[in-house]
Amino acid sequence: MAEFKTVPANAPVADKLLNWVDNRFPASKLYKEHLSEYYAPKNFNFWYFFGSLALLVLVIQIVTGIFLVMNYKPDAAMAFASVEYIMRDVPWGWLVRYMHSTGASAFFVVVYLHMWRGMMYGSYRKPRELVWIFGCAIFLCLMAEAFMGYLLPWGQMSYWGAQVIVNLFAAVPFVGPDLALLIRGDYVVSDATLNRFFSFHVIAVPLVLLGLVVAHIIALHEVGSNNPDGVEIKAKKDPKTGIPLDGIPFHPYYTVHDILGVSVFLMIFTAIIFFAPELGGYFLEYNNFIPADPLKTPAHIAPVWYFTPYYSMLRATTDPMVNVLAGLIAVGALLAVFRGRLGGGAKVAMLVAAVVSIVLLKTFDAKFWGVVVMGGAVVILFFLPWLDYSPVKSIRYRPGWHKWLYGIFVVNFFVLGYLGILPPSDAGTLVSQVGTFYYFGFFLLMPWWTTLGAFKPVPDRVNFAAH
Amino acid sequence: MSDPQVDRSKRTWLIASTCAGVAGGVATAVPFVASFQPSERARAAGAAVEVDISALKPGEKLTVEWRGKPVWIVRRTPEQLESLKQTESLVADPKSERKPEEFTPMETTRNEWRSIKPEILVVVGICSHLGCSPSDKFTPGPQPSMPDDWHGGFLCPCHGSLFDMAGRVYKNKPAPDNLEVPPYAFLSDTRLLIGEAKA
Repeated sequence: MAEFKTVPANAPVADKLLNWVDNRFPASKLYKEHLSEYYAPKNFNFWYFFGSLALLVLVIQIVTGIFLVMNYKPDAAMAFASVEYIMRDVPWGWLVRYMHSTGASAFFVVVYLHMWRGMMYGSYRKPRELVWIFGCAIFLCLMAEAFMGYLLPWGQMSYWGAQVIVNLFAAVPFVGPDLALLIRGDYVVSDATLNRFFSFHVIAVPLVLLGLVVAHIIALHEVGSNNPDGVEIKAKKDPKTGIPLDGIPFHPYYTVHDILGVSVFLMIFTAIIFFAPELGGYFLEYNNFIPADPLKTPAHIAPVWYFTPYYSMLRATTDPMVNVLAGLIAVGALLAVFRGRLGGGAKVAMLVAAVVSIVLLKTFDAKFWGVVVMGGAVVILFFLPWLDYSPVKSIRYRPGWHKWLYGIFVVNFFVLGYLGILPPSDAGTLVSQVGTFYYFGFFLLMPWWTTLGAFKPVPDRVNFAAH
Repeated sequence: MSDPQVDRSKRTWLIASTCAGVAGGVATAVPFVASFQPSERARAAGAAVEVDISALKPGEKLTVEWRGKPVWIVRRTPEQLESLKQTESLVADPKSERKPEEFTPMETTRNEWRSIKPEILVVVGICSHLGCSPSDKFTPGPQPSMPDDWHGGFLCPCHGSLFDMAGRVYKNKPAPDNLEVPPYAFLSDTRLLIGEAKA
C-alpha cells in the first residue's frame, strides 16, 4: 500500500487531478512502467515494427467488427444477403467490410513477420519462453477467429471450408464423429453452426485474444525486449541510475519510431482496400461471392492464403507418407539410442514410445494423421524454446549454414503455401511431402543441429551506430 | 505436514468445500456443453424423403436433399455396370466390408453394385475424407486431372479422391472409405424412399 501523496496547494489543477487519481489507481506508475521508463534496446531494426502493427490491426478488427455486427444477420437464410446489403446499401458499409476482410489478411502478414523476427533473433530463448508461448496461443486464437469469421458471409467457400475443417475433428478416433456433431450443432454445417460461430467470432475468442495480448505484453515488459544482437541489455547497467546502458525509454523513442511503421503500413493497407480489396482472389476468394449451396461443392476449394501452408501438410499425409513416417520414427529411435545424450531409462522409454507410435500410425487412417500433422505444425511452435540448443540467441552470431537452413525454412513455407492454393496433383503432393518433412525436421532435429558449427563471439554491448 | 500451525479440522473443511465447489462448477458446465448438441428441431429434420425416378434416363444422375446432405440417384448404363468389374482391383474396399453398419447399413446393398437393383445407385454424395461433395466424371478414358485408365466415376475436387461408378474409393487416396449408401427402399418401380430401409 502506497503512502498517500500530497501536492502543494498552489500546484496546477492538472497536477492535483493526477495526484488524486494516482492515490486511487496506479496511472502514473503504469505509464512509467510500460512507456516512459520501459527501457527497450536501442538497436531495434525493421523487424521490430510488427508487434505494434499487430496491435494496430487488432484495434482495426475490433472497431470495424463492432460496426459490421450492427448490420449483419447471423442467419443461414439472411447472412449472405446481409453482407451484400452492407456492401451496397449501408453508407460506407463497403469500406468497413473491406477494412475488416483486408484486416484479417493483414493480421496474418504482420503476425507471421513478427514470429519470424522472434525466430531469427532467438526472442523465445530463456527468459522469454512465456512471451513466446503467449504469442503462440495468440496465433492459435487468431486462426480460430479467422476460420469462424470466414463462415459468416455464408458463401460457397465459407460453407465448404467450414465443412472440411469441422470434418477434421471427425477424424479423431472414437470421439471424432460426436465431437464434430457438437461443433456443428447439426448433422451438417447449418444455421446452428453459423449462429454459434458468430457468437465465438464476436465475443468468446476476442475476449480470450485480448487477455492473451495483455499477458504477452506483461510478460515482455517483465523480462525486457530482446534485440537483433540477442544481447541482454540488463546485464550492463549505468551504476548510478540503474538504467541499462543500451536501453532507451519506449516513449518517446519507440512510439515515434512506430509512427513511421504505422504510416507505411497504412499506405499499403489502404491501397489494398481501395484498389484491390479481393487481391486477385487471395484475400476474398471468388467462389465466396456465390451463396452457400449444401448440395454442390465448388470445383476447387482452398482455404485463404494464411492457412494454405498447413493445408498442404494435411493433404501431403497419404498412406505412403504414413509408411515413410513410421520408417523415420524407427530410424530416429535407433539413432537416439545409439547416439543421443540420454540416460538408459530415457532410451528404453524412447524405444517403447517409437514402437507404440509406429503401431498407432498403422492402426488409424492416414486421414487422422493428416489432422495430427496439421495441428502438430502449429503446436510444435510452442516447444521452440526447448528445442533450440544453440549457444547464441541471434542468427547474427550463428554459423553461416544455419542462415541457409532458416532461409530454406522460409522458402519451404512459401512453397507449401503456394501448393495449398493449387488443386491436388501428384507432383504437388510429392513436393509438399518433402516440404512437410523439412518443416518438422527443422524443429525436431533442432536439439542436434543448433549445437553444430562455428559460432561467432557475441559482443557485450549491442551493435548500434547513431544516425 | 506436521506443521503445528495447521488447524486440521479447518483444513479438512477447506478441502471438502473446495471439492464441493469444483463439483458444482463442473455440474454447472454440463448444461452449457450439452447445449452444443443438435437441437430437437435439427433432430426432427431427419425424416425420410420420397423421390420419383421415372424421368431418370440411363447414365443420368439426380440429386435430392436428405438430412441436409446431397443424395445421388444414378441410373447406371450396362457399360457403367461392366466397368465395376475392371475397377474391382483398383478400389480399396470392393466388397463393402469396412465399417458396414456405417457405410452400407442394408444387407441388400452389400454386393458388387452396392445397390438393391443393379442399375439404380443410391449414395450420399459426401466424400468420406472431409465432407466435400465429389463431382461427376462419368466419361471413361484419359482426360485432364484424371488417371489415363479412368473407368468413369466421381472425383472429389477438394483432395483428389476417386470413386468408381458404385461409389467405391480408389486405393491410396485421402478418403478412407466408400461413399455411404443410405437406407432406402423401392415404394414402386419408379418411386424411392430415402432414409428408411422398409417400404
